[in-house]
Amino acid sequence: MIDRNSPVTEEELHVYVDGELPADRREALETWLADHPEDASRVAAWRAQVEAVRARFGSVVDEPVPDRLTLDRITRGRRSWGAVAAAAVLLAFIGGGVAGWMARGASAAAPNEMEIFATEAIGAHRLYIGEVRHPIEVKAEENHLLPWLSRRVGTTLRAPDLSTFDLKLLGGRLLPGINGPAALFMYESTNGERVTIYTTKINETRTSFRYKVSDNFGALNWSEGGYGWVVSGPDDKPRLKGIASTLYEQMENRAPARERTSADQLISRRGS
Amino acid sequence: MSTFRQDVEAAIPALRRYARALTRDADAADDLVQDTLVRALRSEHLFHGGAIRSWLYTILTNLNRNRLRSLARRPTLIPIEDDDAPDAAGPEAGGRDIERALGLLVEEPRTALLLVVLEGLAYREVAEVQGVPIGTVMSRLARARAQIRSYLDGERPALRRIK
Repeated sequence: MIDRNSPVTEEELHVYVDGELPADRREALETWLADHPEDASRVAAWRAQVEAVRARFGSVVDEPVPDRLTLDRITRGRRSWGAVAAAAVLLAFIGGGVAGWMARGASAAAPNEMEIFATEAIGAHRLYIGEVRHPIEVKAEENHLLPWLSRRVGTTLRAPDLSTFDLKLLGGRLLPGINGPAALFMYESTNGERVTIYTTKINETRTSFRYKVSDNFGALNWSEGGYGWVVSGPDDKPRLKGIASTLYEQMENRAPARERTSADQLISRRGS
Repeated sequence: MSTFRQDVEAAIPALRRYARALTRDADAADDLVQDTLVRALRSEHLFHGGAIRSWLYTILTNLNRNRLRSLARRPTLIPIEDDDAPDAAGPEAGGRDIERALGLLVEEPRTALLLVVLEGLAYREVAEVQGVPIGTVMSRLARARAQIRSYLDGERPALRRIK
């Protein structure tokens, strides 16, 4: 135990302010403060800080807890997400009208931004598909994957069902994008082939499909409604076209089939 | 409802308070709490008694560190001339001042300070949460208090963020 009459250390002043000082030392310390105005003003300043912090943040405990933070919601979210994943009914779509989303050509200003955007997406694809243990940040099974990425990217995101391509959603991650946060979804086939879908805000409102090959990777990119999309995978254009078409079909499944431009037509029209 | 869940549930308001003070951003704070709860429920089977509260604070503190790292990759530039002076007097001034002062601290001292003064954890518990000896907690606390004091006293130049 500390000697009742020993000089007070700064450490003790903290212990005193935080109420952890043993009672038998408190009196000695208070006597010390009376004789040492410098220390007394330090103690007073620290106490004022404690008061200020509590005054500013203390009332948060009295706020109603939002729904999303109740344990029932968190548990239920996990279960229902599991069910959704099992059913593999996952769509990727962006809010707003999607009809005719591929029907327009790129504007003159677009190539630079789209080029950078596609390059970043391919870079992310190449970097993360090589990761054996940590290809993704949040697993598909976790209920907060889509709400989280949606909020950060700024639009409602869902992950498309690519089971017809033998691709299963592993999960996703958040990345820095050209104009803000970007989301990357990663899929894996039974033989370990990986395909990613990348999306972020983009100034170009609408461009049609473009195909880009970099090393052995292929990437199909387009933009719609202020968001750019890139599907990257092994350089297999028909397959990536198929994936993009599926994405398109799933986005468009509310519209009558005849009124749609088929994704296939559109890609061949672009002629890359 | 299991005792475990009851204890976790009871801690939610305090976790929100701690997260709010750590981030000074209500949405980011609730995100941290949500992630903390998801992890806690998932790890229930790993928890063999002990202080649930400290454990939850530990998870949240670690998640916040990850968050700060990802923010650090995209630095934001804040003008220092006008915005940096403590506010003039006024009913809201104290609250804004303390927020700014907290914002200027390095993460570990800030965390130590908030766990002690806002959450009422003992030094020993803070040491557990931060995974450091008590002496380190105390020096972090001292650093936080000295920096906040010099900020509030208007000694701004001495207070430029030191990493």
